[in-house]
Amino acid sequence: MISNEIIAIPVAEYHDRMQQLRNEGYDFLESLTGMDWGDSLGVVCHLESTTTGAHIVVKTATEDREHPELPTVSDIWKAAELNEREVYGFFGVRFVGHPDMRRLFLREDWVGYPLRKDYDASPEVNPVRMTNEETLDSTPTYQLNADGKLEEKVNVIFEDGEYVINIGPQHPATHGVLRFRVSLEGEIIKKLDVNCGYIHRGIEKMCESLTYPQTLALTDRLDYLAAMHNRHALCMCIEQAAGIEVSDRVQYIRTIMDELQRIDSHLLFFSCLCMDLGALTAFFYGFRDREKILDIFEGTCGGRLILNYNTIGGVQADIAPDFVRKVKEFIAYLRPQLKEYHDVFTNNVIARQRLTGVGVLSREDAISFGATGATGRAAGWACDVRKRMPYGVYDRVDFREVLFTEGDCFARYMVRMEEIEESMRIIEQLIDNIPEGPYQTKTKPVIRIPEGSYYAAVEASRGEFGVFIESRGDKSPYRMKFRSTGLPLVSAIGTIARGAKIADLIAIGGTLDYVVPDIDR
Amino acid sequence: MEMMKKPQIKSMKYEDFKDNETLEKMAAELRAGGTNVVVGCLDEMIEWGRSNSLWPLTFATSCCGIEFMAVGAARYDFARFGFEVTRASPRQADIIMVAGTITHKMAPVLRRLYDQMADPKYVVAVGGCAVSGGPFRKSYHVVQGVDTILPVDVYIPGCPPRPEALLYGMMQLQRKVKVERFLGGVNRKEPKPDYLKEK
Amino acid sequence: MFDFSIVTQWFHALLLSFLPEGVAVFLECVIIGLFLLLLYALLACALIFMERKVCAAYQCRLGPNRVGPWGIFQVFADVLKMLTKEIIEIRHADRLLYNLAPYIVVVASVLAFSCLPINKGMEILDFHVGVFFMMAASSIGVVGILLAGWSSNNKYSLIGAMRSGAQMISYELSIGLSIMTVVMLTDTMQFSQIVERQADCWFIFKGHIPALIAFVIYLIAGNAETNRGPFDLPEAESELTAGYHTEYSGMHFGLFYVAEFVNMFIVAGMAATIFLGGWMPFHIPGLDGFNAVMDYIPGFVWFFAKAFFVVFLLMWIKWTFPRLRVDQILHLEWKYLVPIGLVNMLLMAVIVVFNWHF
Repeated sequence: MISNEIIAIPVAEYHDRMQQLRNEGYDFLESLTGMDWGDSLGVVCHLESTTTGAHIVVKTATEDREHPELPTVSDIWKAAELNEREVYGFFGVRFVGHPDMRRLFLREDWVGYPLRKDYDASPEVNPVRMTNEETLDSTPTYQLNADGKLEEKVNVIFEDGEYVINIGPQHPATHGVLRFRVSLEGEIIKKLDVNCGYIHRGIEKMCESLTYPQTLALTDRLDYLAAMHNRHALCMCIEQAAGIEVSDRVQYIRTIMDELQRIDSHLLFFSCLCMDLGALTAFFYGFRDREKILDIFEGTCGGRLILNYNTIGGVQADIAPDFVRKVKEFIAYLRPQLKEYHDVFTNNVIARQRLTGVGVLSREDAISFGATGATGRAAGWACDVRKRMPYGVYDRVDFREVLFTEGDCFARYMVRMEEIEESMRIIEQLIDNIPEGPYQTKTKPVIRIPEGSYYAAVEASRGEFGVFIESRGDKSPYRMKFRSTGLPLVSAIGTIARGAKIADLIAIGGTLDYVVPDIDR
Repeated sequence: MEMMKKPQIKSMKYEDFKDNETLEKMAAELRAGGTNVVVGCLDEMIEWGRSNSLWPLTFATSCCGIEFMAVGAARYDFARFGFEVTRASPRQADIIMVAGTITHKMAPVLRRLYDQMADPKYVVAVGGCAVSGGPFRKSYHVVQGVDTILPVDVYIPGCPPRPEALLYGMMQLQRKVKVERFLGGVNRKEPKPDYLKEK
Repeated sequence: MFDFSIVTQWFHALLLSFLPEGVAVFLECVIIGLFLLLLYALLACALIFMERKVCAAYQCRLGPNRVGPWGIFQVFADVLKMLTKEIIEIRHADRLLYNLAPYIVVVASVLAFSCLPINKGMEILDFHVGVFFMMAASSIGVVGILLAGWSSNNKYSLIGAMRSGAQMISYELSIGLSIMTVVMLTDTMQFSQIVERQADCWFIFKGHIPALIAFVIYLIAGNAETNRGPFDLPEAESELTAGYHTEYSGMHFGLFYVAEFVNMFIVAGMAATIFLGGWMPFHIPGLDGFNAVMDYIPGFVWFFAKAFFVVFLLMWIKWTFPRLRVDQILHLEWKYLVPIGLVNMLLMAVIVVFNWHF
């Protein structure tokens, strides 16, 4: 359980203190949240040390609402790079020393800063603009002069003569509407620039006007392949904050569902990777078997993709009568199928050549970018939240955290394939022992969270999914932030793909396995 | 004179479809002037070909896209109906399945994709978000239904729609294509909506 | 064995009986041309349908089954749609080349297609350097692809076309080497003669080890020539959306699509002709009764059966393997196939010189 105490640092000392914390071993920037406290604007940083496991939460704020400026920490943690751009886009806070101060999610001609409390959301201010967005080849950056004045400089991303191709937003390999601008030298990638926001739905802002039970509805749609996990994280965060106890039965059910969802997601990963690499038949194999999990979900939750299952204090409905039998049958069915996957794809010489040694992400970079999940574990970083901060009943089951050290595409692929097996083991240990009990704890009709800030994280399909809630004691959150699992992966792609070929970019994107609605939120 | 032919689709009865009135009205309007036999037969053949060969564009923005893939996959297999070849290039696609939320930043891109497609082209709005904005209707960055920027032929509600619903919607589109006229009569003559007018 | 030249000679004599020779020959040319195009189109439809059904079978699906019984009219529906679909003109494209490119690709494949000996006496183009002509004709196709990529004014297209150029020109070499290996065994380059010499035994058996190696090399290189998976880099759907034909719509795209399938058939037909005896029935020397029974099956049945068998092999490969990367493709060609092909040719020379073949 992460301490919810926040250490406030004045702006002037912010950068130095952060550097100091980094030197003390806090090498993992878990999340960086922009905040509007009404009178001041600032950021909240969740830091973690990967060696000791210690957590610390710090914040800094500036009173200047007209021209808010904060020093950047993107030179300390690479993860801050995109997160600070996000904060800039949503709150208008300019980060001094940040190399790239463009809005991350919104169009450059967007009026206002939507997550500020005084934002004017009327459609007249920001109508649907049907003009094509201008693509900038250079970005503004702010540097502090020797005399303490702020100076705007221009940082050139792509020179005039470069052969820049545009991959996305509508491209079969980006798994959604993500856009890369890639500068090529023949087939080799020289530079890559990520453009997000094509599916930015403003979920965090919407949550601020919804009651806590209502906010649950939106989490499933963040990363629809980790619907269970996302909702689990939010429920857990609210339960911890409001002091709601959930029964053992619920914990068991949630854990089993999480693992089923993980298998589902990894099967889809397998399918999509195969499709990206051109092995279409394997794609269909993965989807065929995924349907069986969806059947199980359907029996209990009623939905296939958007499940709406977890609730605050329990789950929506008790498990279906044939749930246990079906899950057992499924596990018995999947084991030989996995072998077939390995026969068809993993052991194929072309697949090996396409994946091995391609797109290497080092352990240091993975930590610095905060690339959790299979990507981090493939690089040798033991970042599994289930082991780091056990929740549900993960402390009661025996499972292995799959670790590889190569950090290449093949390692990422193998981590996921082996995690399917581990997930099946977890389910097998739990499925026969689901204790009796209520599936829903009685809660007050209106759920309120005591004033303060709370953070809870789960291991979602593609990394750590965290929920940060700042509450002022109302029935809806003051600020709700979701730590995206995909954003760190996308921020790392520029580093991974440099020097690779276009075809490798597809393999890298496939093995990073990001889900775009989760990045853009 | 009853010249209207009911748009039939193999394996599902006419009566089993909902919203037949719209189609019948559309057919009656299109055939108001009557057609000559040769042209009419040729027309029927062309529309038979078109309706059975609707190639979708690989386009998806969020959750509905996964269900769209599921419809293409082994269990539901829309290749049976001739939607087989999903094309990644808009030039070669016939329908755009708007699967998922359309945001302000995506709207001009989607419009451009639609403009890049070759005629005849059809739009299917898949899921609550594309139909009306769905759960994100109140958001500051979401387009309130894709019909504000594109002419939509078929709406498939759901969040996300089940694969069966997707198939049903695509079959409705087939029926709609079947009553169209390529040569005879007036083909899709509608007043140009505001959003399609040149700025 | 039924000789189709009886029919053609009878028809020629019939025309001559009431027409001057020049007109008769011209008329025959027109008829043959029409027949060729019809066969070309029908084959394309059959192949597309076969591909859909075969890949559906591999992928645990049903494939088209609503349009006509078992969906056999599916392809005709597609053709009708393609024919009535808009052909988009692109403003900044090189208009002439852009519109010319698909026709070059189709003409090249029709030319190559007309070289295939379908039955005894049913060769459309048959002369003493047939093999050379066939290879030359089929490599015109790459010009069309390069033009398509260049003139579309699209970066994906350009990359696709460049990949295609690099790939097809390289693999032409392997195809040439593997065919030359067989030509050494036959000492003729005329297709009808090549088939005739396999009367006692097909070359794949006759030339045993080197012929088998040549056959495998030919299949790999032929697959690469047709731009089909795992060598479908120029199209590479997940990388370049649709590669060199990204900007083509309507029937212009349809021509590329059709040419791809017929090119596959040409490669298969060549493999059937050169290695598997073409229209020549399966004969075992010495077993005259068996051979006589085999002779009852008409030649074109043999030819199509063999060609479709090879097509099936190609489809099997396509639907099983992932796509290669561009450097791996060239690596495979220049570091493995070409040296092996050269050594194999030497081996064949030795075998022919010492008469170690059957």
